Amino acid sequence: MDEAKRLVELIPRLRRYARALVGDRAGADDLVQDTLERAWTKLHLYRQGTDLRAWLFTVMHNVHVNRIRATRLSDPLGDEMPELAQLGTQPDALVLRDLDRAVARLPADQRAVLLLVTLEEMSYEEVARTLGIPIGTVMSRLSRAREKLRAMMLGQSPATKLKVVK
Amino acid sequence: MSELPVNEADLQAYADGRLTAERRALVEAWLATRPEEAERVAAYQRLGKEVRTAYEAMLSEPVPERLAQAATRRFAWRQAAAIAGWIALGVALGAPAGWQLRPERPVAQAAPEGTLIARRAAVAHATYSPEVRHPVEVGADDEQHLVNWLSKRLGIKVRAPKLDEAGMSLVGGRLLPGENGPVAQFMYQSQNGKRLTLYVRTEASHNRETAFRYARENNVGVFYWIDREVGYACASADLSKDELLRVANLVYKQLES
Repeated sequence: MDEAKRLVELIPRLRRYARALVGDRAGADDLVQDTLERAWTKLHLYRQGTDLRAWLFTVMHNVHVNRIRATRLSDPLGDEMPELAQLGTQPDALVLRDLDRAVARLPADQRAVLLLVTLEEMSYEEVARTLGIPIGTVMSRLSRAREKLRAMMLGQSPATKLKVVK
Repeated sequence: MSELPVNEADLQAYADGRLTAERRALVEAWLATRPEEAERVAAYQRLGKEVRTAYEAMLSEPVPERLAQAATRRFAWRQAAAIAGWIALGVALGAPAGWQLRPERPVAQAAPEGTLIARRAAVAHATYSPEVRHPVEVGADDEQHLVNWLSKRLGIKVRAPKLDEAGMSLVGGRLLPGENGPVAQFMYQSQNGKRLTLYVRTEASHNRETAFRYARENNVGVFYWIDREVGYACASADLSKDELLRVANLVYKQLES
């Protein structure tokens, strides 16, 4: 069993989650790199045969939380969102771009839960373990995240959308 | 109307398609009489799909080289696990004598002077330690030549201390320019790729001795001290302050004798 190879295979998923979590590409790749490096030093804590993906996401969550603490930026994203080139090559790229902005505006705790459930399709139990929170907290954060996201996307009439995109 | 046992968590799980058939039927019946709630849940499902679509492109993007390197590192997974486990064990059992953090030389709290050497050492470390192909001018396989050359250029006897006890082995060294003349930089590396540099320079004012001092320049931690005519600085961005102090102790003990 070649775990190093599996680690490489998981990079795209780590990047996708990090990109949605952090809000910009460079920052996301920094997070992934730190996560991989951290994973190497924490390897003795990984039990062979258990879910490597879940373990890596736990490592990533810890790295992310430490970075936020270090920079004291709980929610660094204001109106000036970084460039989101290459996101959404689909026809309705503008909608997806707005969605990305909306995701970025969710409180960090809620965003993590929403993304693990939605992108990684983790079970609620897995999310609870990954983030180190009770399952009840997972459910309430998920509920609040979805409701906020819905409200933000509903509030985007075509006119305001044009204004936001510039 | 009787109270149906459907709560918010049920609605979330319904949106995610994670209810049992029985439970799902119950929720569907509940939603059937509540169009607003039904619309809300439908919106969650729609948004979930859109979120997946929005970030889908990331999955098919080529992996940047730096991430591939970080993932594969320089050595095999199993070996890394063994080393990491061994280090963890050492810490757990109470590390052997060489690992203890009692400094041989007193550690000064503040750094009122001499911070220049710390800064220079940190800059030199930051410049050369990320180098993959050219970290040093002369490699450890030619250590005698390296040491003779640097001694000659600095005009003092220079040695490359053995740091195996701290898990660091010599990569090699290089010559750098400095205020008081040439400076020697030795580079060490641990098995899991952590790097440390030892910066050695001659001091302009002799007969000065300082305690160990610690400074942090950007991401680089530096322990430095001055021993009469020679200034030393151990710099690393990878080691913790305690680990760095341990190495500084080893260096000091060996160079003192």
